[in-house]
Amino acid sequence: MSSTTNSPTHHTSTIGSIGTPSRRNTELALLIFAVAIPVFAYANVGLAINDQVPSGLLGYGLGLGLLAGVAHLVVRKFAPYADPLLLPLATLLNGLGLVVIWRLDQSKLLQSLHVSGGKATNQLLYTALGIALFVVTLVFLKDHRVLQRYTYISMAAALVLLLLPLVPGLGLNVYGAKIWISVGGFTIQPGEFAKIVLAIFFAGYLMVKRDALALASRRFMGLYLPRGRDLGPILVVWFISILILVFETDLGTSLLFFGMFVIMLYVATERTSWIVFGLLMSAVGAVGVASFEPHVQQRVQAWLDPMKEYKLSQQGVAGHSEQAMQALWAFGSGGTLGTGLGQGHSDLIRFAANSDFILATFGEELGLAGIMAILLIYGLIVERGVRTALAARDPFGKLLAVGLSGAFALQVFVVAGGVMGLIPLTGMTMPFLAYGGSSVIANWALIGILIRISDTARRPAPAPAANPDAEMTQVVRP
Amino acid sequence: MSELTLTVMRLGFLAVLWLFVIVAVQVIRSDLFGTRVTQRGSRRDAGRQQQQAARQAAPPQQRGQQPAGGGRQRRNAPSKLVVSEGTLTGTTVALQGQTITLGRAHDSTIVLDDDYASSRHARIYPDRDGQWIVEDLGSTNGTYLDRSRLTTPTPIPLGAPIRIGKTVIELRK
Repeated sequence: MSSTTNSPTHHTSTIGSIGTPSRRNTELALLIFAVAIPVFAYANVGLAINDQVPSGLLGYGLGLGLLAGVAHLVVRKFAPYADPLLLPLATLLNGLGLVVIWRLDQSKLLQSLHVSGGKATNQLLYTALGIALFVVTLVFLKDHRVLQRYTYISMAAALVLLLLPLVPGLGLNVYGAKIWISVGGFTIQPGEFAKIVLAIFFAGYLMVKRDALALASRRFMGLYLPRGRDLGPILVVWFISILILVFETDLGTSLLFFGMFVIMLYVATERTSWIVFGLLMSAVGAVGVASFEPHVQQRVQAWLDPMKEYKLSQQGVAGHSEQAMQALWAFGSGGTLGTGLGQGHSDLIRFAANSDFILATFGEELGLAGIMAILLIYGLIVERGVRTALAARDPFGKLLAVGLSGAFALQVFVVAGGVMGLIPLTGMTMPFLAYGGSSVIANWALIGILIRISDTARRPAPAPAANPDAEMTQVVRP
Repeated sequence: MSELTLTVMRLGFLAVLWLFVIVAVQVIRSDLFGTRVTQRGSRRDAGRQQQQAARQAAPPQQRGQQPAGGGRQRRNAPSKLVVSEGTLTGTTVALQGQTITLGRAHDSTIVLDDDYASSRHARIYPDRDGQWIVEDLGSTNGTYLDRSRLTTPTPIPLGAPIRIGKTVIELRK
């Protein structure tokens, strides 16, 4: 019996907790790396297009470096135990987005269509605003559980934000989707902010109601069916997301909110039945709306047969778009290793090349290898968010971290899936990469909240007495 | 710009991008810290090895029924909760991995007869590592560990006083 003779010998061992390292220097090193990569990319684009290192290289590098440095110092001061990866990963994505937007600015075709030119400068400005909101979040939100007090105010705020684009005179109808509002010359996408506010509401609500939702259920065919009255909230959220889909014709936002709610419900109750219900209800909702809403129908048609859509568009039939097919061609011409930065032809996608379809540019110029790296970086951000949720000690923080990272993951899936032809195309933006102020600013706030939760979760517990055996029991006099 | 330079830059950029991803994953790997286990050879260790040798004679089916070595109590783990001040002074509760609730409600593990305690005041529970945690359940007057008022679930050091109203409890070996 050789297995018994090889059994491990038991040693006496002491188990002591290691002082949690703060990891701020790791973050700084990664951050320098994350700023250097976009600077390299910028030089590469300049060399490829104009045969010279772009004149703005120093200013651009310093600008991004300065913003990242400010964010790092604020994290060092106000959230010293936060996760070391979230900030560098977000900075890298934001920097790469800036480079590709600048690269599309250089396109003669896009300049002639007046859809580009100076967009990179604007995006750098939005990034500065985003970092400012990130700083404000970290400085003023000392404890994320303060947000719990505003559970129902958050609900009201989220509904108002979602309904704003429907207000006459305020809402804008851009290419068939009513998700923008116009305030003093600026266009804002309130849905991006509603995403965060709604996560706060769901986390606060589910923290209180999760026991009723998890325990009061009947077992039927291997599934736990909730009681009718507990179904109420999920039905309301489902109904609201359907309303968004109908009135704002925005499939992406609708999917995002409902998906986020189902993810948080599942995490709060540990009941698989919610996922089954969620998938069924979103399928029913999507099919139902698609059967009578022409805008959604057209998106589905473009998804099922992009080539037919392309031909119709070339023949000048109104209401058809060649973009879906062009994005697929862009990915195809990129191949495995890509054409190289600044050497693709994704500007042929025209007006949405630097926003909804920016991933097609990445796919063409960096190839499958580059796209995979970028999707992995998104994956790492989501992983750090979920890890934060696991480490968080309070249920509200857990749910909020899961909700925010779930929303982030869903948004990446909906946009990337749409551009790559896996699901029908929706009018959402790739977080951090795509051109757009609301998206960049809101996502920096999202990263700020995640960093705040991870700081609380990873903060070391107060040190125990040095040697409990030798010390008398302390008694605190009142 | 020559074709060669651009090709080198293109491949170099992809390499750098992937290098970043790999470095980030390495950071996650080094981030998996928790408890440090220090091995100590001792006389007890030698004795244990003798026991082990004796046990090896037993057939494997019987050995399988014995609890695993990792399941035994940690050396410094508290074994009981003691009320050291207040009307319940002297009460002890054995800690066996169950959650202990404190408050004036009748279904609490320790029912406090204390005007300054809330009906569901606090609870004490072990986390996955067996570390005991105290959590305030939104009480009126708060729960104090040493002198600081609890805001988050906090691990309890051995012998640290937890004050609820006029009652003080602590964990002992």
